[in-house]
Amino acid sequence: MTQVSMTVNGKSVSAEAEGRTLLVQYLREGLGMTGTHIGCDTSQCGACVVLVDGKAVKSCTMLAMDADGAEVTTIEGMANADGSLGTIQQAFQDHHGLQCGFCTPGMVMSAAALLAENPKPTEAEVRHYLEGNLCRCTGYHNIVKAVLAASGQNVDDLGAVAAE
Amino acid sequence: MPKDGGIGASTKRREDNRFLTGNGRYTDDINLRGQAYVHFLRSDVAHGRIKGIDTSAAEAMPGVIRIFTAADFSAAGGLPCGWQVTDRFGQPMQEPKHPILAEGKVRHVGDPICGIVAETLEQARDAAEAIEVDIEELPAVIDMAKALEDGSVKVHDDLTSNLCYDWGFVEENREAVDEAFARAAHVVSVDLVNNRLCANPMETRVAIGDYDPWNDQHTLYTTSQNPHVIRLLMGAFVLSLPEHKLRVVAPDVGGGFGSKIYHYAEEAFCTQAAKWLKRPVKWASTRSEAFLSDAHARDHISRIELALDADHNFTAIRSTTLANMGAYLSTFAPSIPTWLHGTLMAGPYKTPLVYVNVRAVFTNTVAVDAYRGAGRPEATFQLERVIDQAARELGVDPVELRRKNFIKPDQFPYQTPVALEYDSGNFDATLDKALQLSDYANIDKRVAEAASRGKLRGIGMSQYIEACGIAPSNLVGQLGARAGLYETATVRVNATGSISVLTGCHSHGQGHETSFPQIVADMIGIDASQIDLVHGDTANTPMGMGTYGSRSIAVGGSALVKATNKIIDKAKKIAAHLLEASPEDIELKDGKFSVAGTDKSVEWAAVTLAAYVPHNYPLEDLEPGLEETSFYDPNNFTFPSGCYICEVEVDPETGKVDIVNFTAADDFGVVINPMIVEGQVHGGLAQGIGQAMTENCVYDENGQLLSGSFMDYTMPRADDVPSFTVDHSQFTHCTHNPLGAKGCGEAGAIGSPPAVVNAVIDAMHRGGLTHVRHIDMPVTPSRVWAAMQN
Repeated sequence: MTQVSMTVNGKSVSAEAEGRTLLVQYLREGLGMTGTHIGCDTSQCGACVVLVDGKAVKSCTMLAMDADGAEVTTIEGMANADGSLGTIQQAFQDHHGLQCGFCTPGMVMSAAALLAENPKPTEAEVRHYLEGNLCRCTGYHNIVKAVLAASGQNVDDLGAVAAE
Repeated sequence: MPKDGGIGASTKRREDNRFLTGNGRYTDDINLRGQAYVHFLRSDVAHGRIKGIDTSAAEAMPGVIRIFTAADFSAAGGLPCGWQVTDRFGQPMQEPKHPILAEGKVRHVGDPICGIVAETLEQARDAAEAIEVDIEELPAVIDMAKALEDGSVKVHDDLTSNLCYDWGFVEENREAVDEAFARAAHVVSVDLVNNRLCANPMETRVAIGDYDPWNDQHTLYTTSQNPHVIRLLMGAFVLSLPEHKLRVVAPDVGGGFGSKIYHYAEEAFCTQAAKWLKRPVKWASTRSEAFLSDAHARDHISRIELALDADHNFTAIRSTTLANMGAYLSTFAPSIPTWLHGTLMAGPYKTPLVYVNVRAVFTNTVAVDAYRGAGRPEATFQLERVIDQAARELGVDPVELRRKNFIKPDQFPYQTPVALEYDSGNFDATLDKALQLSDYANIDKRVAEAASRGKLRGIGMSQYIEACGIAPSNLVGQLGARAGLYETATVRVNATGSISVLTGCHSHGQGHETSFPQIVADMIGIDASQIDLVHGDTANTPMGMGTYGSRSIAVGGSALVKATNKIIDKAKKIAAHLLEASPEDIELKDGKFSVAGTDKSVEWAAVTLAAYVPHNYPLEDLEPGLEETSFYDPNNFTFPSGCYICEVEVDPETGKVDIVNFTAADDFGVVINPMIVEGQVHGGLAQGIGQAMTENCVYDENGQLLSGSFMDYTMPRADDVPSFTVDHSQFTHCTHNPLGAKGCGEAGAIGSPPAVVNAVIDAMHRGGLTHVRHIDMPVTPSRVWAAMQN
């Protein structure tokens, strides 16, 4: 066991980890922060996405030790300072971008990374960026809508068949 | 309507606040003091005889507390099957024992052999590698047709064969159907496969057993869609625990889609082991384990035949199916290919004669059970494929062939030849709406435009009807169900007027915490924010049957209406006393009771306070308090219906199919929260499109699951599906429940697969590839490309 320290959502934290401890285990078991979820064991589903030094990372695919000293942001750090929902979170609620909520933390974190890179993405760009995040409930329609809305774009016509 | 939403309002979901901030409480988020961890050693062969299990080395490993095998559970019952199907000769199905841990034989890859309990999960896993299991491998029974051949190796040695049942429906119509086919002007048939699926909710299954020896009280935390059902099945049939000594908690659950209905071995194991070890025992499935232990779904091989007269009226339907049960009978497995499938084989059409034959087969594969739609997608797929094929062979418009054979709006209630009585519907209306929204009329232009880009474009439709809102208890009892299917609601009004609604339903994505209060808010006229929903814990909710079969609003919501009506009746009596008027003269509007024709009124909260502080109260006539419970048992199924239209482009170079437009026009009856309903349709569509395009559980001949991870089992990703056009404006009321609601959870997954395949076949034909008759799901690029090459 080694003591691993990092900054999570702006707070300095420290917990023990084995060499094989994954970042997601460190967050969930070491720190008791259960907002980040585990949905698979092949790095496919994206339920565990967090930001590490500003970049979206599947925390099941990074060893805790490799994040030593890093700045990590999780779903627990996405609300506004007053506790109200942040812009992306609010857009997910406004546009029903979640149902069971299990993929949601990873979706929100991936969306945050996307909008940081590309503040006004097209629908196709949103869909492409989110292909590392599986959702089984929403059919993605309202997730895509929420991300586009969070970027300040009009989403009223999403899905309408363009008549000739 | 209350200002924050009653019936029909797209109220934003209150549960989102915790899910969006990382504050959901899923079962794996729960850790109990002193908790131990179990890891299951599972069979890596599909079929074999267990000659010996040597756990001695493993038991000596660090952290190992105890290793359990089948011998430890000799006093426990098998996992029960909740539905007994009677075959067409009047005999009960063959029903093998499903032990908690493998007894004598392993019967599928993933069959649990040992449960290793250790201080940490890593220690349990490490120890599993030190267990020596001596297995004499037997030939695996994988192919259903071969499984039924004389002399086939048997999955269960104590059964007479691998045939679970040979079911005929309606058996009395068998000869009449054959005769109708003999004299038909046209007969069209399609051989097709309904591919095997894995539900894969994003949260895997988790179970935590806990035991309090001082009160002899068991608690199971589990990822379930129906905690009361688990308590009943596990308590009564497996562990012999009376209900009052067993509490089942299903907290936030990350999706179910059917796969979390069933009682699973790991739940019983953790519950029992916690008592033996006197400490909590936790199991959390990995995704790899989920593929090998969650119930799979579908897996039918069918021939569908349609007989038509010279005027293209449907005269008979004959459906013949082999249905895979897997190695054991999961909780509701036998009912899926029979009562949830054969009864839908009339579809929205007035076909007078239908005969459905289903032979259910045991194989060395994971057990198969219900998954979103459950039987109804299989029926719809057969019907909508064969009708499209008929239109093509007869050279008629597939839209008009369907329309000609529709049951018309003035024919309801309509008695089908397969037992169901449809209470309402308007198939022309949803068809017309879908045609309009999909701009069907201009498809030729879009096909030509796509052709200019070298793409083959096609359009396909599917008109579905399904039976849900399950179910009338006495009816399903006659059909073999070993459970009632009512639902319950308790409305607990507090002294200051706020309300706790307790339901036997369970929300695992459906948004009940928002929609159930909308119903009560609408009825009483108070804000929904004054009402909370309590669900998921047998200790504090009335016994209900849970959430599946699109039943929560139609059945649970109806129970809630009944209970709320009782509350209103009693509150009116209290108000009448306070207002010194007759109860018959009291009106309730916007949360205020008034005497008709006067300006005398009393607020909701004053009445509720009087109920709990009964100083000025008719105690001689009325008990104090304001709390009512209702059990609602529906007297029919509900029948959502609709029309789905899919438009695809196929790349002729690669066979890759892109869905470019998808339109769904549904009749769900009255809708409580349109935003939530549309979300349910989106999700169902993606699952149906996933079945049609990408998903497939593939076993090799040795019984190894080749698609056992998200790298091989390809669920749709965000860039595999389009944005959807959905509509539910063309609705007809359910006539037999107080809300007029039909349910919406499964429709998307039922109606969409045939629309996708029909569109692909249409694209082939429009592109001149007229030899392509059918392509089995999933319509992967390799299959489409191969079909194109003839």
